[in-house]
Amino acid sequence: MSAEASAGETLAFKLGGPAGRATAARLRKRAAGERRWAKATLWAGIAIVVVIAFVCFAGPLLGFADPNQQNLTQALRPPSLEHPFGTDTLGRDILTRVVYGGRIDLTFAVVMTLIPFVLGALVGAIAGYRGGWLDTVVNRLVDTVVAFPFIVLILAIVTITGPGLEGAYIGVFAVGWALYARMTRGEMLVEREREYIFAARTLGYSTPRIVFRHALPNVIRASIVFSMADIVLNILLLSSLSYLGLGATPPSPEWGALVAEGKDVLLTAWWVATLPGLVIVLVGIGFSLIGDGIADRFGRDFSLTGGE
Amino acid sequence: MGAYLLKRAVQAIPVLIGISLAAFVLIHLVPGDPAQIILGAQATPKAVATLNQQLGLDRPLVSQYLDFITGAVHFDFGESIIQKTSVGGIIGSRAEVTLLLLLYSVVISILIAVPLAIVSALRRNRPLDHGIRFFSTLTFAMPSFLLGLLLILFFSLQLELLPTSGYGDGFAGHLRGLTLPALTVGLYLAPVLLRTLRVGVIDTLGTEYVEAARARGLARPRILFKHVLKNSAISTVTVLGLNVGFLLSGLVVIENVFSLPGLGSELVSSIVNRDYPTIQALTLVFGVSVVVINLLTDLLYAYLDPRVRL
Repeated sequence: MSAEASAGETLAFKLGGPAGRATAARLRKRAAGERRWAKATLWAGIAIVVVIAFVCFAGPLLGFADPNQQNLTQALRPPSLEHPFGTDTLGRDILTRVVYGGRIDLTFAVVMTLIPFVLGALVGAIAGYRGGWLDTVVNRLVDTVVAFPFIVLILAIVTITGPGLEGAYIGVFAVGWALYARMTRGEMLVEREREYIFAARTLGYSTPRIVFRHALPNVIRASIVFSMADIVLNILLLSSLSYLGLGATPPSPEWGALVAEGKDVLLTAWWVATLPGLVIVLVGIGFSLIGDGIADRFGRDFSLTGGE
Repeated sequence: MGAYLLKRAVQAIPVLIGISLAAFVLIHLVPGDPAQIILGAQATPKAVATLNQQLGLDRPLVSQYLDFITGAVHFDFGESIIQKTSVGGIIGSRAEVTLLLLLYSVVISILIAVPLAIVSALRRNRPLDHGIRFFSTLTFAMPSFLLGLLLILFFSLQLELLPTSGYGDGFAGHLRGLTLPALTVGLYLAPVLLRTLRVGVIDTLGTEYVEAARARGLARPRILFKHVLKNSAISTVTVLGLNVGFLLSGLVVIENVFSLPGLGSELVSSIVNRDYPTIQALTLVFGVSVVVINLLTDLLYAYLDPRVRL
């Protein structure tokens, strides 16, 4: 947003005169509106994610009992006050299952974003700063990992481990770090030529101190923005695998598995598949909004939805 | 150009070797004796030994790998354990569905993403742009299987316009059967295209030659079609090529949602049934296709934009 608006302002200033001032005022007003919009985006995203995560992890305290409690006399009841998301073919309360399933999905998504992020940022930052043979090796390795078709790798791993969460965990661990390493390395190549790094070196600071305390906060911004999209992609991956019967297996209340359970009764009981699915969408929107908000705060073109 | 081509081709070699090793080693990494797992716990030791011999698992690893590669070059992947026919034949008969779905999805995705990206770029940071960006966030967060089910619920069950599943008969039947799956994959791919194209169009609109065209007083539609769209076409092809792996994962899921007899549904059912020769063959076919398409995309891009070669 701001780059365009400030360019416009400069132009308006150069034009001078009342017309120029009027244009400048309008552009300033628009830029302020955009800043407010960006802030609202960030907080809306945080609110969505925090509320859903809180409900999922505080489940038992909020009165959500056993997600596998069957009650065949209450099978396939539509949404009501008693069962806000209705019940499934075995009479289990769907909202309770969604709450417990959220622990599986959110834990997977956050852990499998955080570990690759830390690992990739470390590798990328060190390789980018040091340069030389280390950088060449890391760069080659990253190129190879990134070029490897991810879905093929995941399915190959699932073939070995058998259906379950392990396959998804191993697959993301093996591949996830590479993109973070690439982004951090790219930023570090630019950053290490900056004056403040030179100054820190002149002051005799140790290399680890320069890399981790001085440069790192400046080279992981693209990674932070990407990590929000990565969380969404991880949720989609796990739920897709479970939907195919290759991830979490019944009676696990993992979100994709819940949608899969509902697809056979789609015609008679639409809520069984769609309501858990819509929770996935809501969480995804929440993290995407946070990503957009952060990108905007950083002020450079990091945005994933293409915002300047 | 020659040097660049060579460099990129050489870079692809370790990836291709990695894929062939992954496909080959798969069957050996399965815990326990693969033949025993396939035949079940009650199988006699003799039956297990026979299957091991049939799969060639009793020979040294290196010669097994070389045989696997030689076979793959001739599209000979042995026999499917479940269907008892040649794996090459199964892939040949199912490839058509996947390829047709892929093309259909890409066309739909372009028809959705390109106009939206241009409108979004021209009206940037206005309500219409925010609306389009929200659409892109929504489709990005939407699991493809859920989108497929929602489209079935609406178009097949409510409106009764299109079939819920299956491939249909004849070309018209195929197109009818593939319309909802292609729409699903198209919408799944659209946000990826849309985001990159929007930024591309904004960049193009800011370039000096567009400024020059404007200064010369050329009409807006003419600038848009001649300069902006031409650039967008190049970036569309590139984005599509680079995201072919992402597209593939959408195809695998959606073929299963709509029960289409393609390669993706074959892969999933082979994994469930532990049909190792089929899994190995499909891992290799999918992996190599993605790498080759990525490579061709890079070369095409280098051909169209000479700066890359430097």
